[in-house]
Amino acid sequence: MSFLFHIGRYILFVKRVFARPLKPRIFFKKVITEIDTLGINSVGIVFVISLFMGAVITLQLAYNIDMPFIPRYAIGLGSRDSIILEFSSTIVSLILAGKVGSHIASEIGTMRVTEQIDVLDVMGINSASFLVLPKVVALIFINPVLVVLSMGIGIFGGWIAGSFTGIVPGADYIYGIQYAFVPFYIFYSLIKSVVFAFLIATISGYWGYYTKGGSLEVGRSSTTAVVVSSVQILLFNLILTQLLLA
Amino acid sequence: MIKVSHINKSFEGTPVLKDINASFEKGKVNLIIGQSGSGKTVLLKTIVGLHQPDSGDIWYDERNFTGMDAEDRKDVRQEMGMLFQGSALFDSLTVEENVRFPLDMFTRKSMEERIERVNTCLVRVNLYNVNKLYPSELSGGMQKRVAIARAIALNPKYLFCDEPNSGLDPRTAIVIDELIQELTQEFCMTTIVNTHDMNSVFGIGENVIFIYQGEKYWEGSGEDIFRCDNKELNDFIFASDILKKIRDL
Ligand SMILES: Nc1ncnc2c1ncn2[C@@H]1O[C@H](COP(=O)(O)OP(=O)(O)OP(=O)(O)O)[C@@H](O)[C@H]1O
Ligand SMILES: [Mg+2]
Repeated sequence: MSFLFHIGRYILFVKRVFARPLKPRIFFKKVITEIDTLGINSVGIVFVISLFMGAVITLQLAYNIDMPFIPRYAIGLGSRDSIILEFSSTIVSLILAGKVGSHIASEIGTMRVTEQIDVLDVMGINSASFLVLPKVVALIFINPVLVVLSMGIGIFGGWIAGSFTGIVPGADYIYGIQYAFVPFYIFYSLIKSVVFAFLIATISGYWGYYTKGGSLEVGRSSTTAVVVSSVQILLFNLILTQLLLA
Repeated sequence: MIKVSHINKSFEGTPVLKDINASFEKGKVNLIIGQSGSGKTVLLKTIVGLHQPDSGDIWYDERNFTGMDAEDRKDVRQEMGMLFQGSALFDSLTVEENVRFPLDMFTRKSMEERIERVNTCLVRVNLYNVNKLYPSELSGGMQKRVAIARAIALNPKYLFCDEPNSGLDPRTAIVIDELIQELTQEFCMTTIVNTHDMNSVFGIGENVIFIYQGEKYWEGSGEDIFRCDNKELNDFIFASDILKKIRDL
């Protein structure tokens, strides 16, 4: 019951979010600010996580397929495909759902409980669109960039781990990451990252926008936003994988 | 003038406003008084269209606000200024940007003209050298004044204030009250103020409406209030011992 209620209200909310901005110049400026707060501020965490996960993926592969008839470069190939197909788009988006999603929900939730959203509504401004659309656009723009960045750093992390432990010689790894490369995989990952960005921004915006009460409820909305957007990312990951790779 | 007729509003089956009829006059400060929880904020938010009434009509001069769609309402909305219970300044914007906000959104004036208007409004509410500060760096009374400056930036015809002096010391409260009264007369606005502060009732109440548990119990001027014999109103007004003593003098 409440599940259906939220789905219905979410759809109506998204319809309101996608309205033509009142002042394109102000909208554009807000998008730039959001790219900075949501995207640029996430580069650090994406960098660290990708580096370490890339290294771990490579080591795991190397230790698990330590068989004489499997060439060493296969490890480079395996790392590359895991990172490009799954890790960079899905895991990075999940982490962003935590960081960016809670930020969006608490910012908008605070505006709700302190009546700042009412101020916009009284003026006749479409508050849902004014507050959430710049975040959606910014995240759709920046998430693919972060994902590509993560791919590069993850593969680099694998190379470092492999060479330093000596378990995958650098040359083999480099050969492996170029072997049987399917460019479509990158495209597939980018499509996913755009969909995930949309989900994170709209779902977190939704929970923030419909916060009721005080600061306690703002905290609650922000937790709910993270949980719901993470679950939706996992669900859509499944759907998109079936649609695009089947 | 703003008129409301037969306004009903309930939340999840609980009636909050019951058949409210009232008219709020132009050029005057109209007060809505009542206990905490009596429905003052809900009534004010219904009048400005933040809540949709279950039934009844709201008239802004000759325009029926309840019958309009969102697009038509925009014209009326630009003639409204509203001051919220907690000031509701945008905390990511400076004082200047807060007051400039309605000008940025709704006018085509140049930046210099807008800033000039911002300064005029800030001076009007007696604020100087605060343009670059953030709301969190201001005292409660200053925040209220910035919010008033923002509310009058577009020269509204209708001004709504939800408990403009709650949380302020008595002196500052009177300053804010007088400011609202002066602005109302100066720009001949229709002003509606929610309050449970007796100082405001006696000080600026030209037309007072008393709400009790969502119903209108009494209407009159600030002076009439002493002479009224409505029990609920008397209980509300003379809740404090000092006022009781004054009455019995
Ligand atoms: N959005 C809402 N949903 C459900 N109930 C509400 C809502 N807003 C207000 N109420 C209820 O309506 C009643 C009147 O609330 P309102 O905020 O109008 O009181 P008030 O007269 O402004 O009080 P105060 O002086 O404390 O501000 C309260 O019982 C409140 O619980
Ligand atoms: Mg109130």
